[in-house]
Amino acid sequence: MTSQVSSEAGEALLGEQRSAPAKPHHGTEKEVRRLDRVIIRFAGDSGDGMQLTGDRFTSETASFGNDLSTLPNFPAEIRAPAGTLPGVSSFQLHFADHDILTPGDAPNVLVAMNPAALKANIGDVPRGGEIIVNTDEFTKRAMAKVGYATSPLEDGSLDGYRVHPVPLTTLTVEGLKDFGLSRKEAERSKNMFALGLLSWMYHRPTEGTETFLRQKFAKKPQIAEANIVAFRAGWNFGETTEDFAVSYEIAPATRAFPTGTYRNISGNLALSYGLVAASRQADLPLYLGSYPITPASDILHELSRHKNFGVRTFQAEDEIAGIGAALGAAFGGSLAVTTTSGPGVALKSETIGLAVSLELPLLIVDIQRGGPSTGLPTKTEQADLLQAMYGRNGEAPVPIVAPQTPADCFDAAIEAARIALTYRTPVFLLSDGYLANGSEPWRIPDVEELPDLRTLFATGPNHELADGTEVFWPYKRDPETLARPWAVPGTPGLEHRIGGIEKQDGTGNISYDPANHEFMVRTRQAKIDGIDVPDIEVDDPDGARTLVLGWGSTYGPITAAVRRIRRENGHIAQAHLRHLNPFPKNLGEVLKRYEKVVVPEMNLGQLATLVRAKYLVDARSHTQVNGMPFKAEQLAAALKEAIDA
Amino acid sequence: MPEPLLHLVPKAEAQQTMKDFKSDQEVRWCPGCGDYAVLAAVQGFMPELGLAKENIVFVSGIGCSSRFPYYMNTYGMHSIHGRAPAIATGLATSRRDLSVWVVTGDGDALSIGGNHLIHALRRNVNLKILLFNNRIYGLTKGQYSPTSEVGKITKSTPMGSLDAPFNPVSLALGAEASFVARTVDSDRKHLTEVLRQAADHNGTALVEIYQNCNIFNDGAFEVLKDKDQAKEAVIRLEHGQPIRFGAENEKGVVRDPATGDLRVVTVTAENESRILVHDAHAATPTTAFALSRLADPDTLHQTPIGVFRSVDRPVYDTLMADQLETAVEQHGKGDLGQLLAGNDTWTVVG
Repeated sequence: MTSQVSSEAGEALLGEQRSAPAKPHHGTEKEVRRLDRVIIRFAGDSGDGMQLTGDRFTSETASFGNDLSTLPNFPAEIRAPAGTLPGVSSFQLHFADHDILTPGDAPNVLVAMNPAALKANIGDVPRGGEIIVNTDEFTKRAMAKVGYATSPLEDGSLDGYRVHPVPLTTLTVEGLKDFGLSRKEAERSKNMFALGLLSWMYHRPTEGTETFLRQKFAKKPQIAEANIVAFRAGWNFGETTEDFAVSYEIAPATRAFPTGTYRNISGNLALSYGLVAASRQADLPLYLGSYPITPASDILHELSRHKNFGVRTFQAEDEIAGIGAALGAAFGGSLAVTTTSGPGVALKSETIGLAVSLELPLLIVDIQRGGPSTGLPTKTEQADLLQAMYGRNGEAPVPIVAPQTPADCFDAAIEAARIALTYRTPVFLLSDGYLANGSEPWRIPDVEELPDLRTLFATGPNHELADGTEVFWPYKRDPETLARPWAVPGTPGLEHRIGGIEKQDGTGNISYDPANHEFMVRTRQAKIDGIDVPDIEVDDPDGARTLVLGWGSTYGPITAAVRRIRRENGHIAQAHLRHLNPFPKNLGEVLKRYEKVVVPEMNLGQLATLVRAKYLVDARSHTQVNGMPFKAEQLAAALKEAIDA
Repeated sequence: MPEPLLHLVPKAEAQQTMKDFKSDQEVRWCPGCGDYAVLAAVQGFMPELGLAKENIVFVSGIGCSSRFPYYMNTYGMHSIHGRAPAIATGLATSRRDLSVWVVTGDGDALSIGGNHLIHALRRNVNLKILLFNNRIYGLTKGQYSPTSEVGKITKSTPMGSLDAPFNPVSLALGAEASFVARTVDSDRKHLTEVLRQAADHNGTALVEIYQNCNIFNDGAFEVLKDKDQAKEAVIRLEHGQPIRFGAENEKGVVRDPATGDLRVVTVTAENESRILVHDAHAATPTTAFALSRLADPDTLHQTPIGVFRSVDRPVYDTLMADQLETAVEQHGKGDLGQLLAGNDTWTVVG
C-alpha cells in the first residue's frame, strides 16, 4: 500500500487517513491513489524561499477546494548562517477532502532542501513517511556543519522512510541553461522546481502559480520565465521519472463547507480586513498608529495599502507614539487602532491606562509571541493574557477578545470594535503568531450582512443645572451601558477638557475627592463588567464529566483532540472562550456542572488562574510553551489522562 | 507660496474676546508663576486668530505647564508625561480642520518626551508647540531638568548636577524644525508676536518660552527681564533687520571670516556693513543654529529671542491627506466586497 498512511489516527470525524485506488490519471500511465488527507512540510535554508513555496502550494490547494490549515515556522533572523540548524525555515500544510482543524501533528511528506533541513525535521516524520531530499546540497562540508559524520542518505539511518533523492539544484540549473543566468541566479529557482514536483504529486492546479510568478516578477520578465520553466520542469520530472511511481488525489472538501464563495486567508490578513470592515460599518475613518514588530507588522503593511478606504496608517517613532497617535485620533472621532506584540504592549501600558481614564474607543491588537522580553519573536505563545488583563497601574479594566482561528480574526476584530465603540473603552484583541501566519479557507461574508457598528457623537447639551442652564457634561453616562458621550472637537458648544487625573463624576472636572474616586473606580469597573457578551456554548453530546476549556488559537488543536477522544468512545465536553474580559455570564455555572475542568494553554496557566480565582473551581492546567501550537495527538493523550484521573 | 493651512480651520462667526477663551476652572498655579502670563497672552491672542473655538484643541503632557488646557475654553486633553506631541500628531493628521496646540515643559518635552518632540519636528506635523522652559522640575518639587545649567544644586543633586543641558532651539533646528522661536513669559508683546507667526506657520512651530518658576528656580531669566541688564543680554531677532543690541545699540553680530562662526562685535563705521542681517527664511539652518549658540548657557548673556527660523517645507498632514486622495484617484473609492473577495476564490454550491 501507499507509504502515506500515517499509523496514528487522523483528527477528523471521517476517520483515519484512507487511501483507495483511483482511476488512472489522464495523460499518464502512472498509478494514481486517492487519499483523504495529507500533511506536507517544506523545509530549507531561510534563504531558500520555503515560505513562498508553502504559500503557493497553499493557494493551489485552496483554489482546488480542499480544506486546509498551515503552519509557517521560521527563524527570527532574516538570513541566519546558511546551512545551519537555526537557519532552517519550514512551512507545513495539512489539506484534506473533509473538515480539518490543525496544520497536523506529523508530516507525511518532508521536502528537505539541505542537510540542516533534514536533520531539524526528520524527528517529526513518522517511519514510512516520504522524504524528498535535494541531494546536491549533501556535500561533506554541509553535512559536517550539522553534525552528520556520514551521509544519512547512504548510511541506512533513513531506512524505514521512503526516500526520493533528487538533485534539485542541478536539475534546476540544467533546465535554465538557455536563460543566460549565472549559476547562482538559476539556483534560486530550485524552490519552484520542488513546488512543481509536489504539484504533480498531488494533482494541484498550476495556472495560479504561473500567473503569480508573472505578476511578482513583472519588472523582470526573464526571472519570471525562469521560475515558470523551473516550476514546469519539476512537474515534468515527477511525471517522467520512475522514482515517482505514484501520484495522489485528494478530492475537494465539498461536504465540509457550507455553500458560499471561499478564499484562503491568514490571521493577520483577516484581522486587517476586519478592521477595514469595522470602519465601514461604523462609518468612521480608520486610523492605525503602529511601530513595526514581529509578528504584527503585516497588519501595518496591509492597512497601508488601503488608503482608498480612507485608512490612515502612521508608522510612529516608537510603540508609545503608535498608541499615542491612535488615542489622539480616537479623540478626534476616528476608529483608532494600534497593533503590536507583547513587548510593545508593555511600552503602551501607560497610554492604555490613559485611554481607560479618558473612556475613548481604541483597539489594541496584540499578536502574541514567545516571551518574556524579546523572547521568541517568530514563535507563538498565549502568555500575554494576564498582561492584557492586569498590566497597568491602578484599577484599569480593559475588555479582551480573542480570535480562535485565522479566519475568525475577521469577526473578532469586528467584535472588538463593537465593544470599543459601544462602551467607549480601549479593547484588547489577543491574537498570536500561529493565527497570524497560519491560514485556512474562509467563507467570504456578504458585506450587507455585517453588523451595524454606527455610534452617535454628542451633538448638544446633556445636562440641566439647578438654575435651568443647559450644559454638556463629558462624564455623564448612558444609564444602560455606562458609556460616556463621545464629543469630538469641532462640535460647537461642547468644548471640554479631559485628562488622566481623576475626574469628577458627570462634569469631568479634576477631582481629588475620596468618595468621588471610589465611585469612579467602581463605575469604570462596572462598565466593563456589564459589557454584553454572548453566553459560552458547550459542546457535550455525551453528558461528559470532564470539560476542556480553551481560549484563542488553541481552538483547532483542542477540537481535534476532542474528536479523537470521542472517536474512541471517550466522553469529554468542550467550551471555548472568545471573551476573556468580561467572561460570559454563564461561565461560572458551566464550570460547576463538571467534575473536572482542564484548561490547555500555551502559557503556564493564565486562564486557569483567572477561572480558579473568579469561580473557585479546581481547574487543571495543561500547558506548553515551546513556541509551537499543541499537537492534537499529544493533547488528546493529556485530556484522556485527565478524564481517567 | 503654499496655501495657509489655517484656512482649513473654520472661522468664528462672531467677534471673540479674551473672555471667550477662559474656562470656568480655577487656575491653580503658584501665585507669581510665569505660567499666568503665558496663559493671559494666549487667551488674549486667540480672538485675533478668529477661529471657531470648537476647532481649537490644546494637548499637554505632565508638569505644571501641562495644566494649561484646563484653563482654555476650547477642546483639550491633559495627557501623560512626554506624550503630547504623539497624541497631538494623531489628532492633527486625522483632523485637518482643527488648530492643534501642544503645551509642554522642559522636562516633559526634552527628557521623558524627547523622542516624540524630535520626530514631530522632523515630520513637520501641523502642530504649534509651546515649550515652557523654566530650567527646573516644578511639579515634582525642584529637581534639575535637562535645561538646567551644569552644577545646579537641587534636591536630587546636592553636590551639583553633572549633565550638560540641552539648548532647545539648537535641538529643534537639528531635528529639522521648520519654525523655531524663543520668547519670554513677561514680554507680552513679544510673546504675542511670536504666537502670531507660529499660528500662521504651515507645519510644526516650536516656541520656547522662558518661564519663571518663582518657587524652585526664581529669577532664572532675570538677566533677560531686568530693564538695564536686558539691553546687554537680549538680542532681538527680526527678519530683514541687522542683528544689533546693547544699551546704545552699539553691539552687533558678524560672521567670523576665518571660522564661519558668529561673534559679537562693537559696531564701528568700518564693520557696520558686515553686521549680519537676520534671515529667518534662509534655506539652510546653519546661521540659525549659530545664532542659537551665541548665548552663554550659564549667564544667558547674548540670548537671541524672536523667530530663528521659519521656512516652508512639506507638511506631514497634507502629504498624508494627499496620499489618501491619490489612492482614490488611482484605485477608486474602496469597495469592501471586492477587497474581501480578493482574486483567488472558489465556490461551493449546495
